[in-house]
Amino acid sequence: MADGMVLHPGHDDLHGITVVVAGTSGRTYVGRWHERQPRGVVMRNVAILEAGDGDREEWLAKLRKFGVPDQHRTYVVPEDECAGVERFDG
Amino acid sequence: MSYPEMMIKPMREDVTRLGVTELRTVEDVDQALGNMQGTAMVFVNSVCGCAAGGARPALMMALAGEGKSLDHLYTVFAGQDLDATARARSYFGEYQPSSPSFAFLKDGEVVGFIHRHQIEGRHPEDLSKVIRDQIEAVS
Repeated sequence: MADGMVLHPGHDDLHGITVVVAGTSGRTYVGRWHERQPRGVVMRNVAILEAGDGDREEWLAKLRKFGVPDQHRTYVVPEDECAGVERFDG
Repeated sequence: MSYPEMMIKPMREDVTRLGVTELRTVEDVDQALGNMQGTAMVFVNSVCGCAAGGARPALMMALAGEGKSLDHLYTVFAGQDLDATARARSYFGEYQPSSPSFAFLKDGEVVGFIHRHQIEGRHPEDLSKVIRDQIEAVS
């Protein structure tokens, strides 16, 4: 385990990585990427900013400093809702 | 979900062999962090291979590095020692729970934090520098 490698064979490169998913609805999702399925992106420990519910960059900055509140243990972002994905700590 | 202690033991020992005191109970945590004076690090250890597998060797490298040192080094094991971990997190103020993670405290106040999202996918050598920087900053 000393090399820090991902230890879950069969998962994609983002597995276990906290990401920001931009939603076509205007929602923003932050959580750990689990896997991509036909129904959408399965995420763990997810926080969601609703469209129009505050400044997105300020919200992200707060999460970067204080961490990601675990609003949803597991959440599936529907495939047609995923407008973009980037690493949270990029 | 708790894991068999036999599986956890080496992960605990990866940390305690570095001179880090493991806090297994609420009483342990209160004794260590209640009215704490000086500087301290609390490493929230965890089973997760993705992040913790990198965090433990990074901690080893950071503590082996030259420079300032902290007065107290503590660890709790998330997902295993549930009560102790919850109590430790109660000392972390508005910082959200994540594991693995590192909290850096001065006279009982959190002055630095390394969240899980800052650990994921990072090479242990790179992470050790981040830990080292926090140690230097808090000392």
